[in-house]
Amino acid sequence: MNENKRHLIENLMADYSAAIDSKDLERWPELFTEDGRYRVTNSEDYNQGYQHGAIWANSRGMLRDRISALREANVYEEQRYRHVSDAARLITEDEQNGTITVSSNFIVVRTMHTGDTQLFASGMYIDRIKFQDDSALFAERIVVCDSQKIDTLLAIPL
Amino acid sequence: MTEIIAKSSGVHWPSDKVTTIPYSVYTDEAQYHLEHEKIFKGATWNYLCLAAELPDPGSYFVSQIGETPIIVTRDLDGELNAFVNRCSHRGSLLCLKKSGKAENLTCVYHAWSFNLKGDLDGVAFQRGVKRQGGMPEHFCKGDHNLRKLRVTEFSGLVFGSFSDDAPEIEEYLGSEISSRIRRVLKKPLRIIGHNTQILNNNWKLYFENAKDSYHASILHTFFTTFEINRLNQQGGIIVDSSGGHHVSYSMIDPSLSNEVYGNQNIRSAKDEYRLADWSLLESIDEYGDGVTLQILTVFPGLVLQQIHNAIAVRQIVPTSVDTTELVWTYIGFEDDDDAMIERRLKQANLVGPAGFISMEDGAVGNFVQRGIAGTDEDVSVVMMGGESAESQPFRATETSVRGFWKKYRSLMEGIVPNA
Repeated sequence: MNENKRHLIENLMADYSAAIDSKDLERWPELFTEDGRYRVTNSEDYNQGYQHGAIWANSRGMLRDRISALREANVYEEQRYRHVSDAARLITEDEQNGTITVSSNFIVVRTMHTGDTQLFASGMYIDRIKFQDDSALFAERIVVCDSQKIDTLLAIPL
Repeated sequence: MTEIIAKSSGVHWPSDKVTTIPYSVYTDEAQYHLEHEKIFKGATWNYLCLAAELPDPGSYFVSQIGETPIIVTRDLDGELNAFVNRCSHRGSLLCLKKSGKAENLTCVYHAWSFNLKGDLDGVAFQRGVKRQGGMPEHFCKGDHNLRKLRVTEFSGLVFGSFSDDAPEIEEYLGSEISSRIRRVLKKPLRIIGHNTQILNNNWKLYFENAKDSYHASILHTFFTTFEINRLNQQGGIIVDSSGGHHVSYSMIDPSLSNEVYGNQNIRSAKDEYRLADWSLLESIDEYGDGVTLQILTVFPGLVLQQIHNAIAVRQIVPTSVDTTELVWTYIGFEDDDDAMIERRLKQANLVGPAGFISMEDGAVGNFVQRGIAGTDEDVSVVMMGGESAESQPFRATETSVRGFWKKYRSLMEGIVPNA
C-alpha cells in the first residue's frame, strides 16, 4: 500500500465517521461503490460463517433506501453517535482488481436526546477499498461487532 | 370501577375481564417473582432453542426459562435433554459456554461431573484423600442429579417444561397453531444468523406487542411511506382456546389471478415505487398459499415469524422485572439455493433490531415502561375488537392481546377470566 493510497483510505475513514456523527447521513451511501456491500454482524456469527446482517446491503441503492427510511418512515428517539476508530491495518492488496482490504477497530458511543450516553458498540471494520479517480470508496464494509447484543434498536448505521 | 376481584402480589385487577390491565403488572417485583412459579415453572412449554442448534450427539446449547439458566443437550443416544444449568453440589453455573460439544459436563468449582442426560457421574475425592475426608457412606449419587425438565421437539423447535401438568405439546398448542407452525417449518432448517435485542421493558410488553395487530400499520410506517401496495386484501387472527397462542396473517386475495401479480406479492406499480433498490422486496411465494405474513406466538415466550421470505424465531427472555432480551435466530432451509439465501438476507432488513418494519418494537415497550413509572393505580385499555379473545377475520383488533391476559390470569390466579 503506497502512501497515496494510505492517505486516501484515511480520508475515506474520516469522511465515514464524520458523515454519520454529524448526521449528514445522505453522504454515507456515496462513500460506497455502486455495487458496494455493507453488513452489520457480530463476531460469533462472523466466525461461524453466518451471512446474516442486522443491516445487509449489496448496492448503494439499498444504502440510500436505509437512509430515506430513517428520515421518512422509521420511528426512533433522537440520538447521535460518536465514532472513534484507529488506523487501518493492511490485510491484503489485490493488485489485479486494484482493491485493498484493511481492518480497523472502532467504538461507537450513543447519546440520546435525554442526555443518556452509553457505549453502544465496539468491534472491527473489515473493508475492501476501491480506488476511483483520486478517491477511495468502500467496495465492502463489514461491521463485526464484538457483542451479539444491540440495545433497543439499531437505527443509524454503525 | 368494580370491586377488586383478584389480587396476586401487589397487582389489583379491577374486574374479572381482560379489557383493563393494571400497569403494576409490568413493574411489581413480587408479581415478577410469582410469574416464575406460576408461568415459567408452571404448566407451560417454554421455547428453548432450535433442534438445529444441537446437530450431533454431544451437542449442548445454553438457554433460559424465565431467569432460570437451562442447558439443552443431545446425548450420546441422540435424545434431547434439558436441565437447569446449575451444579447440584453448590449451585455454580455448570456450563459456561453458550454452545459446544462435550461428552460430559464438569463443574469448574469442585469437578462434579454429569452425563448428558443430567445424571451425576463423578464426585471428586468421593472417597477422600489418603482415607481422610470424602463423602459419607450413605451419599448416593443418584440423589444428586441435575434438576431435569421435560423436553419435547415440535417441527424443529425445542421446548422445555418444569411441570408434569403441561399437556403434550400438540395439545398445548392446539391444532390450528400446530398446523401453522408446521406450515412455516416444513423442512430441515438452516440457521443463517443470530442477534439479541436488549429491550428495556418488562417481558410481557414485548409479548403483547408481538400479538398486537392493531399497531402494525400505525407504528411501522415503512410500507405505507414508500407507497408499497401490499395487495394483501385478506387477513385475520387465530387465537387458540387457551388464549395464550395466536397467529396473525395476511394473504393475497385469492380472487386476484396469478397472472396479474405473479410471484412479486408486494411490489407496487413501478411509477409509485419510491425505493432506490426494489430488490429488497422481491419475494417468492415459497409456501404456495399466498400468505405473505404470518406472525405466530406460543405462550409464554416464542414468536415465529414469516414475513415474505424472512423467517425467524424470537425467544423472549426476561432478565429483570423491567429488562428483557429478545433472542433472534434467522433461518432458511437446508435446500435453499444461493438466490434464495440472498433473498432471505435482503428481506432480513425488514426485521430484527435494525428492521425497517420492526425496529420500533424495540423501543415502544420502553416508552410504556417509562410512561407508567411511578404509577400503581392506573390501567391500560384493551377493547379494540370487543371484550373476548376469539379468532377474528380482521386485524384491527386486540383479540390476541386479550388472549394473552386470559392465559396469564388463568395461570396466575387459577381461575379463567371472563373473556
